Amino acid sequence: MEHTISAYEHELRDLAGRIARMGGFAEHLVNDSITALTRLDVNLAHRVIADDARLDTLQREAEELAILIIARRQPMASDLREIVAAMRISSDLERVGDLAKNIAKRVIAINGAVVQKRLIVGVEHLAEIALEQLKDVLDSFTNRDDSKAAAVRQRDEEIDALYTSLFRELLTYMMEDPRNISQCTHLLFCAKNIERIGDHATNIAETVHYSVTGHAFELERPKSDSTSLESIQP
Amino acid sequence: MATVAEMPRETQTFTTVRTPDAAPRPVKVRGENVNVFYGAKQALFGVTIDIPEKAVTAFIGPSGCGKSTFLRCLNRMNDTIVGARVEGKITLDNRDIYDTDLDVVELRARVGMVFQKPNPFPKSIFENVAYGPRIHGLARSKTDLEEIVVSSLQRASLYNEVKDRLHEPGTGLSGGQQQRLCIARAIAVSPDVILMDEPCSALDPIATAKVEELIDELRTNYTIIIVTHSMQQAARVSQRTAFFHLGVLVEEGPTDHIFTNPIEKRTQDYITGRFG
Repeated sequence: MEHTISAYEHELRDLAGRIARMGGFAEHLVNDSITALTRLDVNLAHRVIADDARLDTLQREAEELAILIIARRQPMASDLREIVAAMRISSDLERVGDLAKNIAKRVIAINGAVVQKRLIVGVEHLAEIALEQLKDVLDSFTNRDDSKAAAVRQRDEEIDALYTSLFRELLTYMMEDPRNISQCTHLLFCAKNIERIGDHATNIAETVHYSVTGHAFELERPKSDSTSLESIQP
Repeated sequence: MATVAEMPRETQTFTTVRTPDAAPRPVKVRGENVNVFYGAKQALFGVTIDIPEKAVTAFIGPSGCGKSTFLRCLNRMNDTIVGARVEGKITLDNRDIYDTDLDVVELRARVGMVFQKPNPFPKSIFENVAYGPRIHGLARSKTDLEEIVVSSLQRASLYNEVKDRLHEPGTGLSGGQQQRLCIARAIAVSPDVILMDEPCSALDPIATAKVEELIDELRTNYTIIIVTHSMQQAARVSQRTAFFHLGVLVEEGPTDHIFTNPIEKRTQDYITGRFG
């Protein structure tokens, strides 16, 4: 049912629309940063860095609108949750943009040095899953689809597991030949950034769940990133 | 005493969604299956509710939903309306207030009321507050009475503003001060329960804030039930909220819960402003 005050209804839709646009833009930044990485395209990397400023502006605008709605309408119940959710999601998306920017910076740092294709494939695959997660969670926000949000949250385990195996693989290459260390370190940071993007998708999934149901997820979600516990045996 | 949730299902003709407090307080006032009729028209349908003591319970709902009708049942104000009929049971401290041998005057001393428009008597500030204790014989001496007046005005956070003009007319005060005078008048007879029917709707925001601050202080000693059209006010001052719609108690629960995550769709639609 619509609000009795149509301007209020309009403001809420405007806010949701802004978040959706931010989401689309964040996806585009991640996509381009990965393309820049796989093609080692420095120009594209520069463009990603420049475009990230636009996402920051969108975030500020969305946040200002949310604050204005709170001041003007004193929202209650589901409206209040939706506005709080929009604020949280906008800052998650802003961080996703920063992470894409970080990947782009790595591309510039690698600076056209020949990177072995087999090293990049794993990172690319990780990015595919992260992007899918981002897309699904944004859909769950737009359609207020709690079950889709729950699925995203469950699937983060997959990214974590993949990241852990990629971590081990890159370590192995570094041990094989010290000349790989520079590239592998850059790629490791890229992988870490992608893994963090997955975490933001999970955050957004939790926010969508709260917005739709009014409750936080109960159980601790499964985690498979064990890299913080790993070390090389000399 | 069984709580409402423990009562047999068949006594709950109209379902109400209930969320209990995490730490339930003792029940002060209880309505069981209350029906109210104005002539042939039924205004309330099977309202069952426990009102906890020393807490603020807010009744919200659109105009004509029955919230004021139910409030007025609690000190038998509906007795004065021709053609009004109350069915069911309402108890105060487990005592049926519609019992035939119950003294209505005594009931109204225990259940005080504050109205929408401040209505001080056309007498001095002192006399406004002294009137109740005097007719109920609560003061043994003149000093006793003065003490009651001063402490009531203090508890109503009005004393400092009026202490130099206690013998000037109460009607000369500002609207907000008049409303606090009416609250002092209600307190003066040492009630257990204070009913407030939109006590701030005629006041400006500052006077409203003072009355709300007062309500918050009063709840340590009194059971307060407030009818309000301002959802924000209900959210600010009450610990429990009851939502009425078309004469039915739709949902009642902790205020924080009702305003962030109500269960019933009708509650959700009303508090978010979606009712046509």
